[in-house]
Amino acid sequence: MKARYLVPLAIFLVIVGFLAVGLKMDPKRVPSPLIGKPAPHFELSTLYDPAERITPEKLRGKVWLLNVFASWCVSCRAEHQVVSRFVQMGLAPVYGLNYKDEARDAKEWLRELGNPYEAVIVDPEGDTGIDWGVYGVPETFVIDKKGIIRDKVIGPVTEEILENRLVPLVRKLKEEQG
Amino acid sequence: MIPEIGHLALIVALVVALVQGIFPIVGAYKGYASWVAVSKPAARLQFLLLLTSFACLTWSFLQSDFSVLYVAENSNTKLPQIFKFSAVWGAHEGSLLLWALILSAWTAAVTLFGRSLSPLMMARVLGVLGLVATGFLAFLIFTSNPFERLLPAVAEGRDLNPLLQDIGLVMHPPMLYMGYVGFAIPFAFAIAAMLGGRLDAAWARWSRPWTQAAWVFLTLGIALGSWWAYYELGWGGWWFWDPVENASFMPWLAGTALMHSLAVTEKRGAFKAWTVLLAIFTFSLSLLGTFLVRSGVLTSVHAFASDPSRGLFILLFLAVVVGSSLALYAARASKVRSHVRFELVSRETALLLNNVILVVTTVSILLGTLYPLIIDALGAGKISVGPPYFNAVFIPLTIPLAILIGVGTVARWKRDSVANIWAKVRLAFVASLVFGLVFPAVAMAHFSWKAALGMVLAFWVFFTTLRVIRDHARGRGLGGLSLSQWGMALGHIGVAVFIVGITLTSLYSLEEDVRLAPGDHYGLGGYDFHFKGTTSIQGPNYQGARGEVLITRDGEPVTVLYPEKRNYLTGMPMTEAGIDAGLTRDLFVALGEPLGEDGAWAVRIYVKPYVRWIWLGALIMALGGVCSLADKRYRVLARREREALVGGVA
Repeated sequence: MKARYLVPLAIFLVIVGFLAVGLKMDPKRVPSPLIGKPAPHFELSTLYDPAERITPEKLRGKVWLLNVFASWCVSCRAEHQVVSRFVQMGLAPVYGLNYKDEARDAKEWLRELGNPYEAVIVDPEGDTGIDWGVYGVPETFVIDKKGIIRDKVIGPVTEEILENRLVPLVRKLKEEQG
Repeated sequence: MIPEIGHLALIVALVVALVQGIFPIVGAYKGYASWVAVSKPAARLQFLLLLTSFACLTWSFLQSDFSVLYVAENSNTKLPQIFKFSAVWGAHEGSLLLWALILSAWTAAVTLFGRSLSPLMMARVLGVLGLVATGFLAFLIFTSNPFERLLPAVAEGRDLNPLLQDIGLVMHPPMLYMGYVGFAIPFAFAIAAMLGGRLDAAWARWSRPWTQAAWVFLTLGIALGSWWAYYELGWGGWWFWDPVENASFMPWLAGTALMHSLAVTEKRGAFKAWTVLLAIFTFSLSLLGTFLVRSGVLTSVHAFASDPSRGLFILLFLAVVVGSSLALYAARASKVRSHVRFELVSRETALLLNNVILVVTTVSILLGTLYPLIIDALGAGKISVGPPYFNAVFIPLTIPLAILIGVGTVARWKRDSVANIWAKVRLAFVASLVFGLVFPAVAMAHFSWKAALGMVLAFWVFFTTLRVIRDHARGRGLGGLSLSQWGMALGHIGVAVFIVGITLTSLYSLEEDVRLAPGDHYGLGGYDFHFKGTTSIQGPNYQGARGEVLITRDGEPVTVLYPEKRNYLTGMPMTEAGIDAGLTRDLFVALGEPLGEDGAWAVRIYVKPYVRWIWLGALIMALGGVCSLADKRYRVLARREREALVGGVA
């Protein structure tokens, strides 16, 4: 047996090695460049009180979550229960960002499923969504006491993500100094 | 009950495949005639079992049996009957079943048409195919059972993905799989020949028609997929360098190389070890394609349900099949000597270069496809590789390939001279330069050097092929050409037509996205597009809007197009482009989104010159493959070998 006839096998084994590692990774998970950066500014009214204005600056000093949702989004319906359960734990407030939606539809949706949000901020044109790098709905951001984005979940929050990722992170952030 | 029969047939097929894989190979090694004799009946039985299983799943779809999970997820009572049938392979489980069925059909075909094979060779070939089938059936049964029940049954199914509710997609997967899976046959021949220790011209001759058959199907399958993407996705693209497309294109390139090197091995006895390696390489790429599509390791527009456990299974399968084949190759290839000499200037050299270029192209595409994964695995970041990379490597590599077609087909085997080749191609060379430079200046909107280059190459391939036809026909007339000579000529003319299509479409397409209110006109490429407005339509399982666009040229009516925007039951919007197809240009109108209250729409308007030639070229190539396959010399030789075998026994 000559060594050169082993070359194809060797190359193949290297490729298999990469493929095996690749199996463990999720190509759809693109890390957000906003993680570790201050939350982009917005000043928006809320769904139930057009006079009330919310900005990230007002929320300084506490850990909070921003959950991007819309009544037209099917997977938002799927994660709604999980988000509600997180709110019931009482760890941190969740602000809803109603994204590219009609106020009437959003209210109907919340009436039907229940409203877990501290407040629902409305972004009918999706401008704030662009600032925050939203490319799929739902998305969920975790913001720390200093107003820095610390994590971002793309797609519906599942029980598993909630237990293993969000809850431990929020617990840790709450202990940090503001 | 029917789904259970299908499930049972599948399980029995797995057992039969295992028997077919083990007994003949061990029997051929140990010399047990009775074990060897198992191979044919087992292969045929396996085909019948899988046919039964497939029929059961089809029946469940036609009956809308929503107690079967797979049916409930991919069908609906309102789905038209033809799509209920094609929905069988509309998602992962069913398409794998189709895959397994096609593999067994190819295997059964070998038992029928491979009568000239010696019993031992036949047993080994069927054994290898049995082992491949075992892997696939195990994958099917343990990770992707299409007969899983949904109890209690649901009243209505979720409906088939609307993208797949189209005649192009009814045919695309079966064609593609016939091609992919067909390469299992030359692979099995190569492994069997190595196991038996006989890598000779006979092995190459057996492999050739099977390789050509698989290649024809793969060519048609890829062309169908491209054609479908063009008219169904609504933005007029015909190739995206998406990982899943690459997964089908790589085996095609490797298979093309294999066809050519098999020709050398058969006719001249050269390149033996290389041909074996190519046979393994081609089928490995088919398997790799399956892995990439099904495991979700790469992002792709082809959103197949991905599942890591499935990915792991296929990866292990891939590692075992390809790893063991390459290990066998390492052990046996060094003993295979091609004691054939050829000079630097010869047809062998041209075909060797053809192989080198095709393999380099394949590897470049493989690298581009896997690069995001490799970078991610090394922790070096997330990147994506897009069309700029692929175009940058693919286009320059096709230029020498096209030049080689002209040189290789006129060159003599074993030994030729530059002067002799030049004498043969001189006229074609001058003619292609003249025609290639004149064509874009005369027939197109403006002159472009890139277009001239593409057209020179296309004319070069065309004229040199004509020259070859003339040489073969000398003294005998065109009827004197053998089918395999016609096959080669058509295959290469297909390449020329394909180059014309790609070149002119890429360089001269006009594309505009415009807002059109009812009554608006828009002019593009000398045509006037008159948008008359939309009406609402109601299909069996969708609602939508149909636009009416009147197209005129210099005041003369050309055609009326009716592009549609459909909303299916699944909630997915679909674009049905309105296309006026023509040999020299396509007019393409697609509805985007409605804008405002006055009935205005965002409308996409394309004028695409010569786009049909891309698929026409593929069709001609495939026709060439069919001619070559039908050449009677395979049958004559088969009969002689059979007689020799019988004579030898007597």
